[in-house]
Amino acid sequence: MAWLRRSEVVIAGILLLAMILIGLVNPAFWQADNLFSLMRSNVIIGIMALGVLMIMISGGIDVSFPAFAVAAMYLTVKFMLWSGYEGIAFAFAMAAMIGLLLGAINAFFVYKFRMIPLIVTLGTGSMVRGFLLGVVGTSMININKMPDGLIDFAKIDIVSMTKADGTTYGLTAMVLVYLGLALIVHMVLRYTMVGRGVYAYGGDPEAASRAGFDIRLILFFIYCFAGALAGFAGLLHAGMIWLANPRDFVGLELDVIAAVVLGGASIFGGRGSVLGTMLGVFMLVMVKNSLIIMKIDTTWQRVVVGVIIIIATAVTAWRDQKRKA
Amino acid sequence: MTRQFDFRSFLNRDNNIAQLIVMTILIFVVMSLLSPDKFLRYYNFESITYIFPELGLLSIAMMIAMLTGGIDLSVVGIANLSGILAGILFQKIAGEGGVAAAGLPAVLLGGAVALLTGLTAGALNGFLITKVKITPILATLGTGQVFTGLAIVMTGGPAIVGFPVLWSWVGNGKILGLATPFVLFVLIAAAVAFVLTRTPLGVNLMLIGTNPKAALFAGLKRERMIFYSYMMTGVLASIAGIMLSGRTNAAKSDYGTSYLLQAVLISVLGGTNPAGGKGTVLGVSLAVVALMLLSSGFQVLRFSNHLIDFIWGVFLLLVIALNAYKNRAR
Repeated sequence: MAWLRRSEVVIAGILLLAMILIGLVNPAFWQADNLFSLMRSNVIIGIMALGVLMIMISGGIDVSFPAFAVAAMYLTVKFMLWSGYEGIAFAFAMAAMIGLLLGAINAFFVYKFRMIPLIVTLGTGSMVRGFLLGVVGTSMININKMPDGLIDFAKIDIVSMTKADGTTYGLTAMVLVYLGLALIVHMVLRYTMVGRGVYAYGGDPEAASRAGFDIRLILFFIYCFAGALAGFAGLLHAGMIWLANPRDFVGLELDVIAAVVLGGASIFGGRGSVLGTMLGVFMLVMVKNSLIIMKIDTTWQRVVVGVIIIIATAVTAWRDQKRKA
Repeated sequence: MTRQFDFRSFLNRDNNIAQLIVMTILIFVVMSLLSPDKFLRYYNFESITYIFPELGLLSIAMMIAMLTGGIDLSVVGIANLSGILAGILFQKIAGEGGVAAAGLPAVLLGGAVALLTGLTAGALNGFLITKVKITPILATLGTGQVFTGLAIVMTGGPAIVGFPVLWSWVGNGKILGLATPFVLFVLIAAAVAFVLTRTPLGVNLMLIGTNPKAALFAGLKRERMIFYSYMMTGVLASIAGIMLSGRTNAAKSDYGTSYLLQAVLISVLGGTNPAGGKGTVLGVSLAVVALMLLSSGFQVLRFSNHLIDFIWGVFLLLVIALNAYKNRAR
């Protein structure tokens, strides 16, 4: 029965329990439109969480990705408007590239100066956000100016249904994008040398280096990949909400980190999985969204997120200790 | 400890302090040259003495957490929650004359509530870190959310405006021609410096930060010491909250959110080693003055606040690079 003790199974169990509880308080939870909108809310946080997961497995932490996401999103949308470019493939590539380059700054500082990732990313985050708002601009680009191609892409649904009152709702195809990226990250972490190196480095940097892993490659790979994922998610977000707001994503790092920790990743590194992270993201998004359904005042949201972080970290700390003993 | 060791550590520390003094003077000179008529006004420096103490206390609080290799990401949350709880108390007990007229007993009670909030919050952090064994980053990240969240729940979002006149004096008033917050900052900083260098608690914290394993074998009460250090951090944060609410005559759940990064930056700049074991109150105090001069200079030059954020970030990275370079040379 070893599989019962795997953290993914435990998280899935808690998740199921929470769903049943919320469903009991308000059966509206189980309606298809609520579930669809829940899945939709998973996409952006989920894609960002994949990047944070890789960094956490390496024993680091990243608080700069929301700034990278918003910078990539805003610059790309501005560029699309300026050039009149309507396609989306190049736009997403550009956003990911901006994120990747910014991630390289993180990697450079973490690798070259052996500085604590938290402090490096605090610095780069503030720098990028300050630059974006101070130099590029603070004005929002709203629906009537947003590139149509982007919005049309984000509007694609997998299934769409019609409610009794005639309004339609559907499951956004962006969920597939999220699942695709999750699969890629999973494959990379599981089956490539770099991916195994991330775990090795997180477990013990010195040992990984002596075993012959290329530390520089590993660090640049994860920070650049995380940056690219953030940039991609940023642009996707703008397409999904039909708005490019340079002040967006403030404080999102806490939610994403909470979700990754909730998914069983250890901040000391060396532990964490894509499946666990996806479950963690789902849990966090569900709890946050369900406060309204459960008729709890929304002002409690941050308290709830904070308590979730504390409980999740306490449980992982307890687990880590028990394994050590 | 032999005398020679003492002497060397003194020199080392002085080296760092000397650099900070040079940097402060450099910033001062450059800013004076860039806008002599606006930067070099008495008013400008006076306003700095009102603003920097809050940030200075938060940075010292951050430094204390870093001494043992930790970090406290909840300081701003604690500061705001303290101010808000005191503010709510004043509104509840306000008599006929309204909040502003509240007497000394009421203000002292409010102060006690604020400090107690800081103490409790710090104790919670300490408990989570030492007993539950959560990493400081995550523990304080979580509690910071909870404190800020509670502040939102209690205020519903908008600011609590209106504090007693006596309370505002803490943030706005003058003692002997000097800004009250400035005087308070000097006193508190001196007290913290005394605790860190001249009491068992401080010395233990330094030892624990330098080499946790050795400290453990030496029989230091590691957990208890770290617990106390987070309580100290919490109390300092709540004093910063008192000053902030006094100066602005208001308390809000999202005041001073950019202070968090700045507090980290200042303590690192002030010679604190985030990995633990190294940090002085004097260094942090000099760093906060230097950075306040820098940001006030940029404000005088009409830079936008966002650009100042940008510059803070660049500065932090530069300091990291510089410190790494220095350590390699040694």
